Amino acid sequence: MKSVISILDLSTDEIDDLVRTAGKIIQRPQDYSGICKGLKLATLFFEPSTRTRLSFEAAMYELGGNVLSVAGADTSSAAKGESIRDTALTVSCYADIIAMRHPKEGAPLVASSAATVPVINAGDGGHNHPTQTLADLLTIHREKGRFSGLTIGLCGDLKFGRTVHSLIQAMSRYPDNRFVLISPEELKLPSYVKKDVLQAQGVPYEQTTDLVGAMPDLDILYMTRVQRERFFNEEDYLRLKDSYILDMRKMAYARPDMSVMHPLPRVNEISVEVDSDPRACYFKQVLNGKYMRMALILYLLREVGKVEY
Amino acid sequence: MNIDSIQNGVVIDHITAGRGMRLYELLHLQDLDCSVAMIRNVSSRKMGKKDIIKIDADIPINLDAIGYVDPNATVNIIRDGKLVEKKVIGLPERLTNVLFCKNPRCITTTEQELNHVFRLTDPAHRIYRCLYCETKASEQD
Repeated sequence: MKSVISILDLSTDEIDDLVRTAGKIIQRPQDYSGICKGLKLATLFFEPSTRTRLSFEAAMYELGGNVLSVAGADTSSAAKGESIRDTALTVSCYADIIAMRHPKEGAPLVASSAATVPVINAGDGGHNHPTQTLADLLTIHREKGRFSGLTIGLCGDLKFGRTVHSLIQAMSRYPDNRFVLISPEELKLPSYVKKDVLQAQGVPYEQTTDLVGAMPDLDILYMTRVQRERFFNEEDYLRLKDSYILDMRKMAYARPDMSVMHPLPRVNEISVEVDSDPRACYFKQVLNGKYMRMALILYLLREVGKVEY
Repeated sequence: MNIDSIQNGVVIDHITAGRGMRLYELLHLQDLDCSVAMIRNVSSRKMGKKDIIKIDADIPINLDAIGYVDPNATVNIIRDGKLVEKKVIGLPERLTNVLFCKNPRCITTTEQELNHVFRLTDPAHRIYRCLYCETKASEQD
């Protein structure tokens, strides 16, 4: 049974199909509003999350389905020591599809190997977050009209930022893309991502600490938050969190058609003044995330014969 | 002990010199009650030097562990004093409960019943990664 744990679980053909479906949903939402009637999505969130959980739930409601929700390990049987496997088997008896977030890396993979319904990884620690990448991809496609021939700047925490790693994996599969990796030394992209993804596929990239210097070349600037929870040491966090702040002074160096993206939530790495610039796409990304989650739910439910569209 | 003296058992041959002890540990041979010989730096025409392990009992052997430590090693099964089977191992695609993930954020740290599975992601450099969190197995593993 098809589950989506990593963005690489979806082929480029499948991603194209999801982008097409999301485009149709955006154009004619009424055609999809009752398609999941009688079906249930279980959102199992064992880690704090607002936007991802709400996005999944909004997606299912807009498809006419229902939602069963568990928010937090302390309110579920996990607090009693239930295994992921048993939780997945149990929830499979109630729901038609599961979206799972868990602080431990690999937990959704364990769930998918036990569940009898499709499982979507809604984020496993610092590891994978494929539906964020789908939101990013739809945003890129809607802003640029293509997935190829793009210069993509990635800025901020490239070491721990799971969205960055997944986006690099996804965009490296399309031709003629180039990456500019902008980060402080301490938060550089891990060497295994450079070696296993970029170098292995011959994707050109450059590394720099200079955000302003990189700006004029970029089609897309993907900003990320320096996340407190990824640090073991508070001093390191405080020292690095303000390294790269995007403001209108820096935006002056960007091309008029550059798109600014961010997986959100932001702390202060994009000044609020940038929000009103037409190049700011990060709130469109949020909306696109919901549409791609709708498309993904439909796709996985169609795979198990529960919907037709 | 030499190979002819084993009636029913296993001989792991052609182990690259120096890797025998690692294999001895991974196969938990110290826990066996039977005779086990760990022979190091044996002269070899093909290899110059090699290690050999002889186990004087017909026990199941974790071939994946052997392939991980030394894909060129051979496993000879001896029954009634005769060589009945010779296996060339190669590099296994998957290792189950041979390596253990040390990433504190990995689900294997909290799910006690879960097998520790590593998969071969780069055969040229013999790199294995945890199935769940993709952490690379380190050299000392």
